[in-house]
Amino acid sequence: MITFKLAFRNLVGAGLRTWLNVFVLSLSYVVIIYMNGMLDGWNVQAKSDMMNWDTGQGQLWQKNYDPSDPFTLQDSFDPIPADFNTMIGEGKIAPVLVTMASFYPEGRIQSILLKGIPENQKVIELPTASMTADSSSIPGLVGKRMAEANKIKKGDVITIRWRDRNGTFDAADVLITAIFETNVPTVDGGQIWIPLSRLQKMMQLPGEATLFIRGKSDWPSFGKDQWIVKDLKSLTADIDQVIKAKSVSTSILYLILLLLAMLAIFDTQVLSIFRRQREIGTQIALGMTRGQVVRLFTLEGAMNGVLAALLAAVYGIPFLASQAKYGIPMPKASNSMGMAIAEKIFPVYSVGLVVVTICFVMLTALVVSYIPARRIAKMNPTEAIKGKIQ
Amino acid sequence: MESNKTVITIRNLVKTFPMGNREFTALNGINLSFAKGEFSGLVGPSGSGKTTLLNIIGTLDSPTEGEAIVLGDSVGELSQKKAANLRNMKIGFVFQTFNLLPVYSTFENVEFPLLLQKMSAANRKKSVMDALDWVGLTDKAKSRPAQMSGGECQRVAIARAIVKKPEIVLADEPTANLDAENSHNILKTMEKLNQSLGTTFLFATHDEKVIGYLKRIIKLVDGKVASDEIFAKK
Repeated sequence: MITFKLAFRNLVGAGLRTWLNVFVLSLSYVVIIYMNGMLDGWNVQAKSDMMNWDTGQGQLWQKNYDPSDPFTLQDSFDPIPADFNTMIGEGKIAPVLVTMASFYPEGRIQSILLKGIPENQKVIELPTASMTADSSSIPGLVGKRMAEANKIKKGDVITIRWRDRNGTFDAADVLITAIFETNVPTVDGGQIWIPLSRLQKMMQLPGEATLFIRGKSDWPSFGKDQWIVKDLKSLTADIDQVIKAKSVSTSILYLILLLLAMLAIFDTQVLSIFRRQREIGTQIALGMTRGQVVRLFTLEGAMNGVLAALLAAVYGIPFLASQAKYGIPMPKASNSMGMAIAEKIFPVYSVGLVVVTICFVMLTALVVSYIPARRIAKMNPTEAIKGKIQ
Repeated sequence: MESNKTVITIRNLVKTFPMGNREFTALNGINLSFAKGEFSGLVGPSGSGKTTLLNIIGTLDSPTEGEAIVLGDSVGELSQKKAANLRNMKIGFVFQTFNLLPVYSTFENVEFPLLLQKMSAANRKKSVMDALDWVGLTDKAKSRPAQMSGGECQRVAIARAIVKKPEIVLADEPTANLDAENSHNILKTMEKLNQSLGTTFLFATHDEKVIGYLKRIIKLVDGKVASDEIFAKK
């Protein structure tokens, strides 16, 4: 109790010095949680964007469909099961027909994936409702990356060529009615989206689809011989792998941040304690045992940690919460870095991250208070009184 | 108010310190004893061993050879805890550089040894105010060391040394950082405490002003007692 009282008195008495220590320490908490929250947020966002723009809550694939093998596309379609029609009409399931095609940007020929999707679908965030045009044109959507790579603008008409189910080539013009922005490359690069009914007609595949994307509803009944269920886990396996690989580098970054924080705390505490060695010598001369002195300084370090956590809560919680709510704007340049980065990243702070960070910073404050105090207390007090310990 | 009770006995005391590859002998065969209520001083040039002897008597250091018995305990055989307890209960220190705890107020500095004794708050307050009254600093109870003059700081240090009513006060060059007027004030305060409370005072000094107040002067030269003179009345 006396040690606690003296530690409290020392902290209060030190005034500005205490608050500087506490502020530096509180910055460690906030910066570490902020940085890691941003990285976690990036991962969470990448996955949720993938679900919102591409996978939905699950998919049903025609048994021959293999997105990594374009040659399977010519056989990857089957009639839409009758039980699906109601939900498709309500926009709860989106059938997608996929085929290979070519188009001719600036006189070049380029292979693309031509995808048909209903205009009324509500399962993914593609702005399919904007695929409206008079019956003489085929309305189409492209992603921003696709548009930039091929200098396509909204309102442009591009010629596409494809082969129907019989292998006959045909060509038509597509009017680009919207250019959508997403950070999910699997719905953007090298793809043109057009209304499903138009593509079915073009392909001579009325009422057929390559795959289905569902929202939160369960699948109606379907023929297990023609269709294969792809659950969310298998659809997001690739991104999960990327996140897992990234988590190693995230852990390394976390460790580096913790080490930097530890260095800052170590510097502050060691400097503070060595500056106070005369005080330590005096306390021993006045009757404190070495153990009491070490306990006093270690407790001061711990109290610094607690005060820092409180201070970090005072300005850190509003700051971190506002970042989580409004997001961190990413520079435009980050889009051309070859990585899928959203315009804004919304940090995610897990309880584990907060608890581990608080525990680690406090433990560090304890250790770096204990070690120099023990060293000074172990030395001859007559040297400490004179401030001669280096 | 002197008595013949011996409070400090030093026999054949030797203290050496490592200095590079060799040993430096700071004290060499010291034999001394001090009775309760003495107002005495170790005098001599720098490096003569005054502070070393004071530190050993104050249980802050231990002898290399020989014996130093302070209030019945042999310093070399005291455990760290017992030595700390002896310093806390029975020995007061006054340092050349005051060594006040800078973040504490005057009151808190003087209160510090009593906190270690786990004295009740009411008794602590009374003892601290009594000690401050002794040194004439009751009006500075809330001041910090940085807000006070050197003389006032040293008076606080004296109050801190005497607040627990120790049997021995060890003062290492207590006037070295003070002007003549403050030095005399401090010494008069100490002399008054010595006479009123019967506290044994032992100084380490080469300040003529201090020497003028001492009733016993032990001169140390090169770690040995060169002379030991007692003055009946100064």
